[in-house]
Amino acid sequence: MTAVLAAASGLFTQSFVTALIAGGVLASIPLMFTAVGEAISERSGVLNIGLEGMMLVGAYTGFLGAYEAHSMWVGFLTGALGGGVAAALMVVLSVRMGLDQIVIGIAITLAGEGITSVLQQAQFGGAYPRLPAYPQVAIPGLDSIPILGKSLFDQPLVVYFGLGLVAAVAWMFSRTRWGLELRAAGEKPEALDAAGVSVLNTRSYATLATGALAGVGGAYLSVIAAGTFTPFMTQGQGYMAIVIAMLARGRPVWVAVASFVFGISLSLSTALQLTGINISADVINMLPFAAIMLALVIFARSAYLPPALAVPYVRGAR
Amino acid sequence: MADGALGAGMSPTDPGAPAVELVGISKQFPGVLANDDVHLAVRRGEVHCLLGENGAGKSTLISILSGMQRPDSGTILIDGEPARIRSPRDALKMGIGTVYQHSTLIPALSVLENLMLGESRRIVLDRGRARARMAEIAKMLGVEVDPDARTGDLALGRQQQVEIISALWKGSRVLVLDEPTSMLTPQGVEELEKVLVQLKQQGTAIIFITHKLHEALAVSDRITILRRGRAIGELSSEEIRSSTPEQNRATIVRLMFGDATDIGDAPELQTRIEDVEDLGARRLTIAAGDEEEPILELKSVSAPGDGLEPGIVDVSMKVRAGQILGVAGIDGNGQRALAETIAGQRRARTGSVELFGTPVNRLGVSARQKLGLRYVTDDRLGEGIVRNLSVSINLLLKRIGEQPFWRRGRIDARKVNAAALELVAEYDIRTPGIATRAGTLSGGNIQKLLLARELSLGPKVVVFNKPTYGLDLRTTENVREVIRRLTAEGAGAVLISTDLDELLELAGEIVVLSRGRLVGTVQNGRDAAERIGALMIGDGDSPGAVA
Repeated sequence: MTAVLAAASGLFTQSFVTALIAGGVLASIPLMFTAVGEAISERSGVLNIGLEGMMLVGAYTGFLGAYEAHSMWVGFLTGALGGGVAAALMVVLSVRMGLDQIVIGIAITLAGEGITSVLQQAQFGGAYPRLPAYPQVAIPGLDSIPILGKSLFDQPLVVYFGLGLVAAVAWMFSRTRWGLELRAAGEKPEALDAAGVSVLNTRSYATLATGALAGVGGAYLSVIAAGTFTPFMTQGQGYMAIVIAMLARGRPVWVAVASFVFGISLSLSTALQLTGINISADVINMLPFAAIMLALVIFARSAYLPPALAVPYVRGAR
Repeated sequence: MADGALGAGMSPTDPGAPAVELVGISKQFPGVLANDDVHLAVRRGEVHCLLGENGAGKSTLISILSGMQRPDSGTILIDGEPARIRSPRDALKMGIGTVYQHSTLIPALSVLENLMLGESRRIVLDRGRARARMAEIAKMLGVEVDPDARTGDLALGRQQQVEIISALWKGSRVLVLDEPTSMLTPQGVEELEKVLVQLKQQGTAIIFITHKLHEALAVSDRITILRRGRAIGELSSEEIRSSTPEQNRATIVRLMFGDATDIGDAPELQTRIEDVEDLGARRLTIAAGDEEEPILELKSVSAPGDGLEPGIVDVSMKVRAGQILGVAGIDGNGQRALAETIAGQRRARTGSVELFGTPVNRLGVSARQKLGLRYVTDDRLGEGIVRNLSVSINLLLKRIGEQPFWRRGRIDARKVNAAALELVAEYDIRTPGIATRAGTLSGGNIQKLLLARELSLGPKVVVFNKPTYGLDLRTTENVREVIRRLTAEGAGAVLISTDLDELLELAGEIVVLSRGRLVGTVQNGRDAAERIGALMIGDGDSPGAVA
């Protein structure tokens, strides 16, 4: 008992907290990209269960791009393309042809897992070539704030892009025609149709954007976080992103906050192992999922889903 | 007006020339010729009424004009020029605005956001300009709506005003109103009529669709009657103005049924004529003595709502044997909560529900059914039937596992089918066979199936929730007859309806539900409609009122 208390008090040293927050931010970025993407498609009425597969495809193509071109930016671009291509399948089958979104989503996830594993094996054999570490960018002044400075304001550049994206999507939702049309497509597609805007186009673009963002999220995992691609490396983060988007009611700022909370729980696993506390690694690895379940139990009632979510739109159908 | 009489032959600048003209419109759906060579000319500053029952082709014609459907043949002329209307956007651009029967507003968005939807191609929304345009149209209509209110929070009459503003957003050449009064209180209808007068003065051509004759006569300058996809007659403004309402009514009945070879079977004609006659003549007076014990009683019952739909608060009511108690109210004011609380599908939070003097709060649905309580749901497709099961199983859905249809857990198909055939015949359910999937039946036949199932076991109290909503005239009449017969045989009924005419026709006593509370009781009789309307509006938040 006393040992645990001592360990606990010894745990929260300044360097531990800094490392925890920094790790949380790092871990939250792929979740944030992917969940912001999911928020876009959910608001337009497309439930993107295939997010996990799109992330994996993005992780693989992103890694390839970064590896071949020796540039993380090329990696993010190819990641976005890979995720977008996977999403295009969803667009054709679910949005355009009206097939069940959940079935197609599961198919995309399974296909994404299988194809990336096979391709990786075929291309590199048993080897996992590594990418170089990419430089971090410190924001002068802010990075010298105690504890928070180092952890929040000394990060890879893409982290700041991610935060900018959250603000941009929030602005897009509330202030632009696209945002209004997205919300209308998810709330009441027939009203959008009657207003003379194509529901299928709106949903198609939203789904493609989701795929591209999930691809960037995946590419972040392989290019920045791990520095290599390993099969199944997303480890359920695509599903976490779905939960995050739902809990945040599709609002980007809340997506960022929720992503950070889950990011902390992901990095806590790592941080706890580093402190050498004698808890089984299996138990610690369960933390993020325990956090998801806890969050669902507490907040699921207040999660808001658009009425037309996962309902294919067919003009004139009742 | 002389201009009107000269009509389409004049030059395009003639104010009496049609603002929009449909020429030879035909539209074929699988199995139905929805529009058959329809001609229709609508002039500026006129309310042109399309009269016809459900399935007569009104909605198809309108969806063609508004760009939702494309005709198989025929042309549309706007101010005498042929126009291509390929999408709702095209129609809006040409100044043809439509207010659909089912609201196209998005409840979760603000009024202004609803109006801005699809408004321009600019990426960044221009709220300032939208606000100004909204104020401009609202002023023209003489209405006042808060642009920042959440649309779903507005009263229905107010929402309809928003829809009209939205329809006029791109210009006001033609305004199409599809069954605009179906959800309104009598006061709301009055406000709508004022708005129509304003619009006529602006020179807007208005197409007003209804299946209610008295409404058509009250608002229109010209009436076209549709039947089985064809425009079978027209009453000009001169004819309407120069005749008494009775003469007009007679003319329309003659137009609708005059051609004896085209009438079809006689009972059909009978019910149709009845419907177009004044409804007041057939009100049923119920002689239920106060001394008689109620068979169903609610004592200060409160029950929770469900999502956006409100619950009920402190509701007390009594139903006696042989009585039809009407429940009036605008849709979404706690009707479902009330029905389900009585049926046992929803638990009362406080108060007590009593059947034959015994509290049944703790009893579930099936236990209440055994006591003789039945509920005919308004959610026919959702909780009413199992779409993918056969008509016969749906008819016996509530007796699964019971003798003699099931023996030792095994279905006796012969007994089930025999019983089903009997019910199909008795309730005149039009189905290809009893093995047909129930989901493929028409709305009217699904309702008959539900009635057959619920009423076949000697019910003592029946709750009907919107029993004729969306049904054609003939089935509506059948359903009302079933309700009358049921109570004549001594059962009690709670009739929840949003159709005031229906309540006035059937119920002796009508209670009014507003925001989950019973706000008053009205004995059926003279002025009942007005008094009920006043109660429906309730706390002064008058839908459609000019603030």
